Amino acid sequence: MQDFPRRRRMGETMKRIGTMMTRLAFAASALAFSLPGFAAVDRWKLNMTPGVTEVSQQVYDIHMIILWICIVIGVLVFGAMGYAIFKFRKSKGAVAEKWSHNDKAEVVLTVVPVLILIAMAWPATKVLVNMADTRDAEMTIEITGYQWKWGYRYVDSGVRFISSLERNSDDTRQLGSGMDPNGVKNYLLDVDRPLVIPADTKVRFVITAGDVIHAWWVPKLGWKQDAIPGIINDQWTLVKEPGIYRGQCAELCGKDHGFMPIVVEVKPKAEFAQWLAAQQAPAAAPAEGATPDTAEPAAADAAPTQG
Amino acid sequence: MGHSETHDPNIYYVPHGSRWPIIATLALFTTMIGAALTVNKVAVGHYVLYAGLAGVVLMLFGWFGDVIRESVKGFYNRQVDISFRMGMIWFIFSEVMFFAAFFGALFYARMFSVPWLGGEGDGVLTHEFIWNGYSAAWPTNGPLKIGGTFETVGAWGLPFLNTLLLLSSGVTITIAHHALRAGERGKLLVFLGATIALGALFLYYQGVEYYHAYHELGLTLGSGIYGSTFFMLTGFHGMHVTLGTIMLIVIWFRCAKGHFSRDHHFGFEAVAWYWHFVDVVWLGLFLFVYVL
Amino acid sequence: MAHDATAHHDDHDHKPHGFVNRWLYATNHKDIGTMYLVFSLVMFFLGGLMAMVIRAELMYPGLQLVEPEFFNQMTTMHALVMIFGAVMPAFVGLANWMVPLMVGAPDMALPRMNNWSFWIMPFAFTVLLLPLALKVFFGIGGGGPAGGWTLYPPLSLQGGDNVAFTIFAVHMMGISSIMGAINIIATILNMRAPGMDLLKMPVFVWSWLITAFLLIAVMPVLAGAVTMLLTDKFFGTTFFSATGGGDPVMFQHIFWFFGHPEVYIMILPAFGVVSEIIPTFARKPLFGYQAMVYAIASIAFLSFIVWAHHMFTVGMPLGGELFFMYATMLIAVPTGIKVFNWVFTMWKGSMTFETPMLFALGFVILFTIGGFSGLMLAIVPADFQYHDTYFVVAHFHYVLVTGAVFSIMAATYYWLPKWTGRMYNESLGNWHFWLSTIFVNLLFFPQHFLGLAGMPRRIPDYNVAFADWNFVSSIGGFGFGLSQLLFAYIVWDCARNKSLAKATDQVWEGARGLEWTVSSPAPYHSFVTPPVIDDSKLAHGDVSH
Ligand code: HEA
Ligand code: HEA
Ligand code: CUA
Ligand SMILES: [Cu+2]
Repeated sequence: MQDFPRRRRMGETMKRIGTMMTRLAFAASALAFSLPGFAAVDRWKLNMTPGVTEVSQQVYDIHMIILWICIVIGVLVFGAMGYAIFKFRKSKGAVAEKWSHNDKAEVVLTVVPVLILIAMAWPATKVLVNMADTRDAEMTIEITGYQWKWGYRYVDSGVRFISSLERNSDDTRQLGSGMDPNGVKNYLLDVDRPLVIPADTKVRFVITAGDVIHAWWVPKLGWKQDAIPGIINDQWTLVKEPGIYRGQCAELCGKDHGFMPIVVEVKPKAEFAQWLAAQQAPAAAPAEGATPDTAEPAAADAAPTQG
Repeated sequence: MGHSETHDPNIYYVPHGSRWPIIATLALFTTMIGAALTVNKVAVGHYVLYAGLAGVVLMLFGWFGDVIRESVKGFYNRQVDISFRMGMIWFIFSEVMFFAAFFGALFYARMFSVPWLGGEGDGVLTHEFIWNGYSAAWPTNGPLKIGGTFETVGAWGLPFLNTLLLLSSGVTITIAHHALRAGERGKLLVFLGATIALGALFLYYQGVEYYHAYHELGLTLGSGIYGSTFFMLTGFHGMHVTLGTIMLIVIWFRCAKGHFSRDHHFGFEAVAWYWHFVDVVWLGLFLFVYVL
Repeated sequence: MAHDATAHHDDHDHKPHGFVNRWLYATNHKDIGTMYLVFSLVMFFLGGLMAMVIRAELMYPGLQLVEPEFFNQMTTMHALVMIFGAVMPAFVGLANWMVPLMVGAPDMALPRMNNWSFWIMPFAFTVLLLPLALKVFFGIGGGGPAGGWTLYPPLSLQGGDNVAFTIFAVHMMGISSIMGAINIIATILNMRAPGMDLLKMPVFVWSWLITAFLLIAVMPVLAGAVTMLLTDKFFGTTFFSATGGGDPVMFQHIFWFFGHPEVYIMILPAFGVVSEIIPTFARKPLFGYQAMVYAIASIAFLSFIVWAHHMFTVGMPLGGELFFMYATMLIAVPTGIKVFNWVFTMWKGSMTFETPMLFALGFVILFTIGGFSGLMLAIVPADFQYHDTYFVVAHFHYVLVTGAVFSIMAATYYWLPKWTGRMYNESLGNWHFWLSTIFVNLLFFPQHFLGLAGMPRRIPDYNVAFADWNFVSSIGGFGFGLSQLLFAYIVWDCARNKSLAKATDQVWEGARGLEWTVSSPAPYHSFVTPPVIDDSKLAHGDVSH
């Protein structure tokens, strides 16, 4: 076993326990009011991100709707239960009544949940139908999951490269490395070559894998999609604001499943065009020859991709 | 302990302890360890496997022997009889569900995965980006032609003959059952014997068919999804026919020894049910594996 | 040999003598039930120990204790041990002990097969744990399976020698479960005392009747699925590879056709237990007995048509996504009926709060929370975010730990006096409940936040943004784990400590039903002649009106 936990941490541990209680209380109330600004508090994040696309916003909204419905039902049911527990206790002299059913109540309590469910299913269906519509995409990017890195190919221009965990995180994450993750910027969420996409453009992703199943997930885009060897799944996104958005592989894919992050860099259209042109110049010739063939992931792997 | 001396329906019967279950467990354990070692190519693996299987056979003789002796002595009352019946029915149901898994795989491949690879419906992109050039059809061994080219076994040759064999075996066993109920032992033995012969013949022709498939048609377990579903379905069915035939043989000897009376012959009925189940599964196979 | 059901059965002379005769050759439903329960407790500790390794590694960001590969083995084995080794055998043990007593039977319908069902289990787990044990203790081989309990190919096929062991162990567990289930069905349908009509049976018995049906229907499907894995790995089939015309997703369909009913296999008996306990301590008949039975049946039916809600992100056709979403949401209706009826049972009752009742009430609240998160997961677009995150982990631990496991603990406290003839230490029981409840929430509630904030499941290390809630969760985990030592002590104490108060036959003031008419401890042979059923003493009062 390693020298764990590191000494610095023991002190920190005490501090953490100290502040934990107050923070828990704060956290609970923050969830109850679901303050939008709260997301800025990084380390005690409670809720889903509303994300940066229309779809992610819709997903977030539907999440909040069902969350609130559940909370309201919970308050009613647990409230009734709590009332019963305090009111009808033997120690307070309660005498049990004998009745054991009530047809009217049973019918109501069957019908009302059905109505609530319909109220939930309706908006969910709408969002889903919208998400499934990949028509009119302006560009297509092929994503291939490998153990344990991501391959990207810009289908129209032929630019392709591999994106894997950035060095600093990789060194730090080794068992017993003695390095402190707190000191690494974007620990485990940074890559050597991010995926770059243009802002304000409907981008279609076609997603597959070269060995086992992976899943491509950037929370701020509002969805994840499995990458399955031999199968193509498609999804799309349209990000208005330039920025850098991070995610991770979300399907167990072997020992380094935790270490294949995703970084998407959204650039303004013009900048993106420049970037793409720069990629095309040196890499175009070898990249064009190889077609993606999941039966031979090694071939795709071997393609000279590192720029 | 046993309240065995009675037929009184108001008094329960509880069998005494038995050493067979624990022996059965050890035999099963040895078999499974042996099987695991064997597929992992450990040298002694198959010895362990065979030892385990021998243990299973021994256990079956011992356990059923006890049950038969107790039954013949008249220990079992009506309630026990019904418990046995329920046990057998639910066991057969579990077997049905086991086959359902493989039929499910067959239907899934035929209705979804193969058409999708060929670009139908939701498979447009899969086809366009990965398997361009593959055209979906059944039978298939997939876009990479796993296992090489092959031909299929025609439905109306041996498989059809086998269908007739199994169907008539269903008839003969029913005749045997009627004979048993009528107390005609000679007729019983003849028709039960005929059932066994039909079962054995079925297995023989299935063997011929497999030989033909492997050596002349190029159709093997490794022939892509077609070979996989074909051999797993027919293979598991064949194993069940084998088991059923062995059970029939045992029952034939028990009939010959006069174990069964006209209205007390659950052992016979259990085997008959099992045989009908094997029969019905075959009809499904014939239809979905061979004909369609 | 005809005994009156209520007569005293101090027939020690009828017990088989010697260890081998009594336990290895066992045919007595109580002995077999006891063995199941003890086995399950051992497995719970073993699976819990693995969970402790997981929580210890996740306490801080960075890898401190184990390699990622070993971490994945812990996750996989933790789940397999808990599901197949702890929860399922515990419920089978309860069924063995209680079903014959509750329906007025002498024993299980097929006592020798019952013995076989049990004894397969420890051997199945020997096969399952062998590769891991060889690695941990002797450094031999590559260790246990590491592809998750769901065994998805192609990843699961990348395992080394352990693949075959895992598959054959699953086969053995399947054989055991199927035979156990057949036995329970035959007992319930065939061994009831005259007058114990189907719609007079205790809800626990009903829940097991339906559970047993689910088991027989889906365990063979799991066996088929893993058999296909086996042939894909060793015999050249291509069920799960597109290269040969198969599809990795096909495995997921077959697996979850088993897997979803499986999770109800782990909760329906829990519903049964809670439906016994709440009326007893509310001193009021169960509200809506028939509705409760029909609700269980509807849940079982629906459980067959919702499986793909575990696969919303595999890229199903839109119509499939919608169908499985709607079907899944529907399950909230019959489950809601159950929750509401428990609350109505308490309403205008006369409640006391002994340990079994505390656990039952904890169950109702915490299971419902788990149900709510389940409902959220059923909403496809939202699941695109939730899937494979700690939100899912939080969901299923609420339904499994504070659901299934809490109900098992409730049942243990409820029937322990009947089993041992002594009252357990009530104040320690209270401590156990409160410690468990506080820590389990500390353990699993923050996992909702982690999941929503974006932490994937099945990872050994994470970004520092997730550090603090993970720390809280680990503290809760250790606390919850240690609290279970108390549970083991209380049970052991009750079984062994002769100075504890003797239990009466009825044990609880409000208890109704046949199992409370026999002596405590229950006589070695339950009902040798059929008991007379007194409708007014049924668990739910007279249900005929
Ligand atoms: C005992 C086990 C158990 C139980 C009972 C449940 C119950 C439910 N589960 Fe859960 N589930 C699991 C065990 C269980 N689950 C496990 C182990 C996994 C993960 C497997 C893995 O991937 O490893 C999982 C995963 C899982 C998923 C997949 C998530 C994902 O991977 O993305 C989904 C999605 O739909 C789901 C849904 C549900 C639903 C809708 C219920 C419903 O039955 C819940 C119904 C209950 C209620 C809703 C509360 C009470 C009702 C009321 C008070 C009435 C009024 C309410 C309303 C009208 C809202 N579960
Ligand atoms: C019935 C089923 C069941 C039960 C009871 C539990 C109980 C627990 N589970 Fe788990 N769990 C699953 C079923 C279950 N789980 C499943 C299906 C998965 C998914 C696996 C997969 O992804 O494939 C999973 C995954 C899972 C994960 C996610 C792993 C990952 O994604 O990488 C975690 C992490 O916290 C976890 C934790 C725990 C803890 C802390 C308990 C605790 O409740 C355990 C408490 C019990 C004890 C601790 C034992 C008793 C005490 C001792 C042995 C004394 C020693 C104690 C100390 C040293 C403190 N479980
Ligand atoms: Cu790739 Cu997980
Ligand atoms: Cu499910």
